[in-house]
Amino acid sequence: MTKRQIGFLGILLSPGALWILLFFLIPSLLIVVYSFLDRQTGGGVLWSFSTDAYVKLFTPNPNSPIINDFVIIFLRSFWWALLTTIICLILGYPLAFFIAQQSTAVKSMLIFLVMIPFWTNFLVRTYAWKFILNNNGLLNTLLHGLGLPRIPIINTPTAVLIGLVYGSLPFMVLPLYASIEKFDYTLVEAAQDLGANYFKVFSKIFLPLTMPGVVAGSVLVFIPVVGQYVVPTILGGGKVAMLGNILAQQFGSAMNWPFGSAIAVIFMILLMFGILIYFYFEREEETV
Amino acid sequence: MAVQQQVQRGPAARAQSQTHPPRKAGSRLLTWGNRLLWANMIFSFVFLYLPIVVLVAFSFNDSRLAARWSGFTLKWYGLMFTSEAVLTAFWNSLVVAVVSTVISTILGTMTAIGMERFRFPFRKTYDGILYLPVIVPDIVMGVSLLAFFALALDVINSSFNLTGDSTLRAGLGTVIIAHVAFNISFVAIVVRTSLRDFNKALEEAAMDLGANEWTTFRRVTLPLIMPGILGGALLAFTLSLDDFVITFFTTGPGATTLPIEVFGRIRRAIGPDINAISTVMLVMSIGLVVLSQILQRRSSN
Repeated sequence: MTKRQIGFLGILLSPGALWILLFFLIPSLLIVVYSFLDRQTGGGVLWSFSTDAYVKLFTPNPNSPIINDFVIIFLRSFWWALLTTIICLILGYPLAFFIAQQSTAVKSMLIFLVMIPFWTNFLVRTYAWKFILNNNGLLNTLLHGLGLPRIPIINTPTAVLIGLVYGSLPFMVLPLYASIEKFDYTLVEAAQDLGANYFKVFSKIFLPLTMPGVVAGSVLVFIPVVGQYVVPTILGGGKVAMLGNILAQQFGSAMNWPFGSAIAVIFMILLMFGILIYFYFEREEETV
Repeated sequence: MAVQQQVQRGPAARAQSQTHPPRKAGSRLLTWGNRLLWANMIFSFVFLYLPIVVLVAFSFNDSRLAARWSGFTLKWYGLMFTSEAVLTAFWNSLVVAVVSTVISTILGTMTAIGMERFRFPFRKTYDGILYLPVIVPDIVMGVSLLAFFALALDVINSSFNLTGDSTLRAGLGTVIIAHVAFNISFVAIVVRTSLRDFNKALEEAAMDLGANEWTTFRRVTLPLIMPGILGGALLAFTLSLDDFVITFFTTGPGATTLPIEVFGRIRRAIGPDINAISTVMLVMSIGLVVLSQILQRRSSN
């Protein structure tokens, strides 16, 4: 590169890079630092080294070997994220496949219908379910009107899971559709000519070739769901807390910033591990 | 409940995707597969749209008891448009979205051009860093910005001796900074796609004809990637307008955006006009999707 080009590149990249450094990377590192400090009552930190936050996070309950309330919330968040991803795949894969088979006009209309919720305010969509599932909400009003008993569904794991799947489904369908749409059907004919049955065609050709869509969709669903705050707050009523709830709580009413930071740090480490493992297996599969 | 049902139906629904040679043999397996595909499609769209439709319908409900229909009314819309809190929140949202979109579109586009048109050391590393704000869950970004702004404002206030009214506080300014921080990456990703699809021979031709880099950029590159830039800006605008979590942690007293106002109302479960506010937000979102579709169509032509 000539000197002029280097200067030009510097002008292009430095404003964005500076912004991301100042307002993304440094805050992220600050959280790591905060997790090793003492708490200050009333929020904030005292600048003295302490491992209290991590001790608190990893001290088991008196009556159990490893489990404490926070570990349970960690496990629950990852388990629900996995469950949400699987349900979205089960609903989304056939849906994306169905859409990809339609004529061009129908295709673009259906994809448009999937995209509307994708662009729509998440808070509003979650509230819509609260409106339906509330104890005196639409569902129970209808049941009552029919002389049936009310179903107490709000503030239960079921309600939260419905909200999680509802919010995530478009994020699964769109990448799946993108990869299924590109699929070359002559490969299926070739395989069938060579004697492959339906199951073989699906498992050996269709699924591997649409795997990038499955991976992209799963990542897009899994990560935001683990850190969900809105859905467990609105549909779980704080009774079935996820990671987002305890994070918000520690930085809010509990005012224990070092502990909240420690939760965020462990959360990010686990997430990075998860992503690395996922992509590792993904790469393996591709090379086979 | 609906979800549980679907889990049971799921494996079967999935199995039928095996039967995919499109509209070929009329075997039994295929017919059943097609039925399941249709059932899954109808279920999915009802699942996606039923809550939205219900919400919109009940925004016209006369009753204070939100879930019981008692007649058509527009009074909640009237209430909403005269509510000081809602109007202020709406105005704040608009200010944040417009300012953060303008800044992030400029910075994101510059970043995209730098990344696509140059090769330099640590390019791969920076590429990875650029994706981080997209990947990191918003709650983590929210709390780290909360901690960061608390510290930074403290340092600034004490080192410049700002007291009383001149004290710097968290508010719309910090919210805008935070929104730009995640939107740069989104804009950069969208614009890079359009730069990649772009025929570089056009730039070379312009240079061969004697145009310098700046003229080439302004007269050739910029018009061709304009749909990409507009698409990125629209995405940034929507993300900013819809953001609740990061705003929640970076805003201060008196700087309420529309999602923050709505969240407060949902939690306190007050005001039947919340369906009306939600409907207006839905309509705005749908307007933005339509706009993005039009842009996309124009760019593919």
